[in-house]
Amino acid sequence: MSDASTKKVLTQPIVDNNPIALQVLGICSALAVTSSMANALVMTLAVVLVTAFSNLFISIIRNHIPSSVRIIVQMAIIASLVIVVDQVLKAFSYQLSKELSVFVGLIITNCIVMGRAEAFAMKEKPVVSFMDGIGNGLGYGAILMVVAFFRELFGFGTFFGIEVLPLVQNDGWYQANGLLVLPFSSFFIIGLVIWAIRQWKPEQVEKD
Amino acid sequence: MSSKKESFIGTVGFVVVVCLVCAALVSVSAVQLKPLQTANKLLDKQTKILEAAGLLELGVDKGIVATYNQFVTAKMIDVKTGEYVDGNPDMFDERRDARDTAKSVKPENDIAGINRRANSAVVYLVTDGSGSVNTVILPIVGSGLWDLMYGFIGFEADLNTVKSVVYSDHKETPGLGAEVMNPRWKALWPGKKMYNDNGDIAIRIVKGGAKKGDLHGVDALSGATLTSAGVEKTIHFWLGDEGYGPYISNIREKGLN
Repeated sequence: MSDASTKKVLTQPIVDNNPIALQVLGICSALAVTSSMANALVMTLAVVLVTAFSNLFISIIRNHIPSSVRIIVQMAIIASLVIVVDQVLKAFSYQLSKELSVFVGLIITNCIVMGRAEAFAMKEKPVVSFMDGIGNGLGYGAILMVVAFFRELFGFGTFFGIEVLPLVQNDGWYQANGLLVLPFSSFFIIGLVIWAIRQWKPEQVEKD
Repeated sequence: MSSKKESFIGTVGFVVVVCLVCAALVSVSAVQLKPLQTANKLLDKQTKILEAAGLLELGVDKGIVATYNQFVTAKMIDVKTGEYVDGNPDMFDERRDARDTAKSVKPENDIAGINRRANSAVVYLVTDGSGSVNTVILPIVGSGLWDLMYGFIGFEADLNTVKSVVYSDHKETPGLGAEVMNPRWKALWPGKKMYNDNGDIAIRIVKGGAKKGDLHGVDALSGATLTSAGVEKTIHFWLGDEGYGPYISNIREKGLN
């Protein structure tokens, strides 16, 4: 593989082929973990690691996987990686793991990880697959961070936990938007993000 | 290669190898990281207890573990009799015991919605510099809106004046019920009295805000009626006869030290 295509698989999923905005995968976890930017960042790192390494390992053994059991083999690898990530998080960032543990476990069911394993890593070489995993993880993370930015700023008046808009309950002037605190508000923000991206890049709009 | 790979034996063999490798990876990480995880969990608990004791700032300065070891003594009690019992408080896990039907009971009047209460509990006695106990910290648990909320109540030595109410673990709605973690709400508790002059449990959560100077009333969390009610019921349960009631009356009779 040439450098150009390695770079392409790394950067393309961020806007041009974003797993959330274009492929509309991984929405469920994007709703759950975006109430604060710190959570979204940790979730992004976790998904980047899991997608990258699951792509790498699956690509390494791709020529040996019997096609009749390939999905279950992919699942076994992904599930193992997710457990390792969860264990590492519990060991090194206990506070975040307390909040995120449930969702980290659910990375197993994140369609992006399995989608990339099946669609890319089963066909391509290990290094480029690894890069593709990082790229897709980052694409997922980019949307997560945008959604978390709006939800945290207008739902809690903070940015990464730092007070920006002083809340009424803390004697400030800002009445927090209760809708943005709840997970389903992410639907609206993700919808707006998809609309914005497609305004910018009209070629993403599906033809009837 | 291809035909061999797709054969029955080849498939089974491949799956077994993959499973073994994955199992090894998971076991090694779980075992290797266990000590760190246990230490983290303990540190988190000790931090909360120091916060309930009002010693958090000192703990941050001098180290949580050192401060905890210097000032805090954990003791096991039998909840029903309220007497101290032998047992290693470090090994005690309230949540595990509450699931074990041999080590827990179903409360007759389960206002806190906990379903089962462990027979034993750990109380934390906090000493001042000279060695006399000035704070008692009692662990509490009760239903909020979504799930059980775990926390601690810190009492002054009279076991009536509140020093703190600190929640350590809950699943309440962010921005609404999760405001139990808000320092401004927690700051409403110190100085409140749990009992009225007749010795009845009088503490309550007041929707719309407690009157100024109300010794038994604490503002409810706005937008979180069920969480607020949960906090009130949790405290009433744990101060009652099926909670720490016997222990508290023992202390009143015999003194703390």
